[in-house]
Amino acid sequence: MLLESWFCTEILEENGIKEEESLGMRLKHKWTVLVTLLVSLLLIISGCGTKTAETKSQQPEASKEKIKVAFVYVGPVGDAGWSASHDEGRKYMVEKMPNVETSIVESVPEGADAERVITQLAEKGNKIIFTTSFGYMDPTINVAKKFPDVVFMHCSGYKTADNVGTYFGRMYQPRYLTGIVAGKQTKTNLIGYVAAFPTPEVVRGINAFTLGVRSVNPEAKVKVVWTNTWYDPVAEKDAGKSLLAAGADVLAQHQDTPGPMQAAQDAGKFGVGYDSDMSKMAPKAVLTSAVWNWGPFYVKTVKAVQDKTWKNDQYWGPMSDGIVDVSSFGPMVSEDTKKLVAESKAKILAKQWDVFTGPIKNQAGEVKVPAGQVMPDKDMLQFNWFVQGVDGTIPKS
Amino acid sequence: MSIQEFLIPLLATAITAGTPILYAAIGELITERAGIINLGVEGIMLVGAVSGFMAAIATGSPWMGLLASMLAGGAVALIHAFLTITLRANQVVSGLSLTIFGTGLSGYLGKSYIGIPVAKPFDIMPLGPLAKIPIIGPIFFQHDILVYISYGLVIVLWYYMYRTRPGLNLRALGENPAAMDALGINVFLLRYIYVVVGGMFGGVGGAYLSLAYAPSWLENMTAGRGWIAVALVIFALWNPLRALLGSYLFGGIDALGFRLQVLNVQISPFFLKMLPYLFTVLVLVVVVARHKGRLSTPGALGLPYDREER
Repeated sequence: MLLESWFCTEILEENGIKEEESLGMRLKHKWTVLVTLLVSLLLIISGCGTKTAETKSQQPEASKEKIKVAFVYVGPVGDAGWSASHDEGRKYMVEKMPNVETSIVESVPEGADAERVITQLAEKGNKIIFTTSFGYMDPTINVAKKFPDVVFMHCSGYKTADNVGTYFGRMYQPRYLTGIVAGKQTKTNLIGYVAAFPTPEVVRGINAFTLGVRSVNPEAKVKVVWTNTWYDPVAEKDAGKSLLAAGADVLAQHQDTPGPMQAAQDAGKFGVGYDSDMSKMAPKAVLTSAVWNWGPFYVKTVKAVQDKTWKNDQYWGPMSDGIVDVSSFGPMVSEDTKKLVAESKAKILAKQWDVFTGPIKNQAGEVKVPAGQVMPDKDMLQFNWFVQGVDGTIPKS
Repeated sequence: MSIQEFLIPLLATAITAGTPILYAAIGELITERAGIINLGVEGIMLVGAVSGFMAAIATGSPWMGLLASMLAGGAVALIHAFLTITLRANQVVSGLSLTIFGTGLSGYLGKSYIGIPVAKPFDIMPLGPLAKIPIIGPIFFQHDILVYISYGLVIVLWYYMYRTRPGLNLRALGENPAAMDALGINVFLLRYIYVVVGGMFGGVGGAYLSLAYAPSWLENMTAGRGWIAVALVIFALWNPLRALLGSYLFGGIDALGFRLQVLNVQISPFFLKMLPYLFTVLVLVVVVARHKGRLSTPGALGLPYDREER
């Protein structure tokens, strides 16, 4: 545009028109470009700012100095799912520990962008940084090398360093318990499972759930549909509908939105939620939910860093630590079912028994875990086959 | 499962899943026909979804929510109109920044509305005797009222564009604004109006998700449907009737994938996700080949109109 106006000026000059006019025109062009840039910049800045949530407490008599803690989330904190559950944990910590100042960055894509965000947080003087998605594993390790004085905690990964620990919860334990509820509830003996990606974590959850279902209802089958997204309310609801159309009357999910629960409610059927208690999204459908409870773990970790007792462990917390649990039951769950769940829960909490205790057969009926043996953690972390009772396939990647 | 049992729910789902895309695509189609590309559809849909939801909670009426979503979508589009028509900014840059802006703004506004159920969403209401027609009824006439409105809207828009004088003006606006100007038609005012109206329909597309489909508010709940709408307008070659077919086709692809999985037919989901864009490319190739390089793209699309540069 500028170039053309230059051109224009020259023609005008040839025609003997005063130059001042065309100069004014050029200035006007520059002005418009400037305003445009400014407005676009404003829009972009207001769209993607880092939010800092500071604790209100300003007690001068606080014994320990304030420690800065940062969280990196893969989704928006408003996803009512995975990132929301981590943010609940952060809020819990802020409540319990007045000396903590926390900041969060949400919707950070996994990959190169994550490395930039984590570096910035470390440069800003954060002493502990929680990176809460699997794809942050390598970025976390890379940044940690440059900041040896900062403690990094990566959720759900397997790589550690001197100042990097990992943490996760044995979600398969509550999954098994919710399976019991679903197995008792189903009338058609077909339970739908809306699953995100065929990772070992998701496969493990489906297997644990199915074992739970079949422990009370050996006739029932669990049908799996993959959505290939963690977060898409519409697609997840569609996937739920397709399972209901196939005859399922209870839906479970490994997804971060309540879409499948809403599909179940619309059809007058039932569902088992995940991440957080989903009963408020679909009160008529949700029997119970398998939930994360990160708060106590965050408090413990920050305290350990303050007391200098922190170690770079690979923490995989069981239900007895309270990091995973089943939420309260909906009114449609029978007393009989609640009793069965309580019995199994007591055994798991007391560590007398765990979910993947043999005999466990695969879909072809071959015994994969012999009777009396417990599947070692190493195998559980690499789960790539379905147990008997799952109707579905694991796509090859 | 018989063919009917498989196909009827599949096609019915294709329509509901396609309706938000259809509204957004109609908005974008009007905007592009007026000569302006608006890549902010995704942001406009999100702002429409959240404001519609908030208004529906506050007033208890989904219709007030719908109105609010139209006003909000129109307001965001007004920013785009100001930047691209008055300031003659680059339309692509302005649209992209609006998407980022809309995503952030909707997330901020909706913070305290997550997980709240809306008291009165747009419920499913079978359309009288039409719903009882075998096969046709369950596919087309057992939805919520916004779906029925979208049927009418497409027909009305087609008639407006191809059978009325203002419609002819709209098409000419995107083809040759200078000629329109010479005829004494206010190009700037008309473009403002069509961009804002386009934004209003984008807002309705968002509200369809938060007030009828979900019905609830979740951050970023459009999950890329605004972009599909942009591709759809090209797929439809700027024709509302083809946009209707295209949105059901695009909306049905997800539903088809899930239903095939239920039948234990394995098709790569990545392949299915690719299909809307693949179809768009195919349509472009076919049309270009058949019409010897002439697409029905509005001639002045994306070009800022400047009286002094005629």
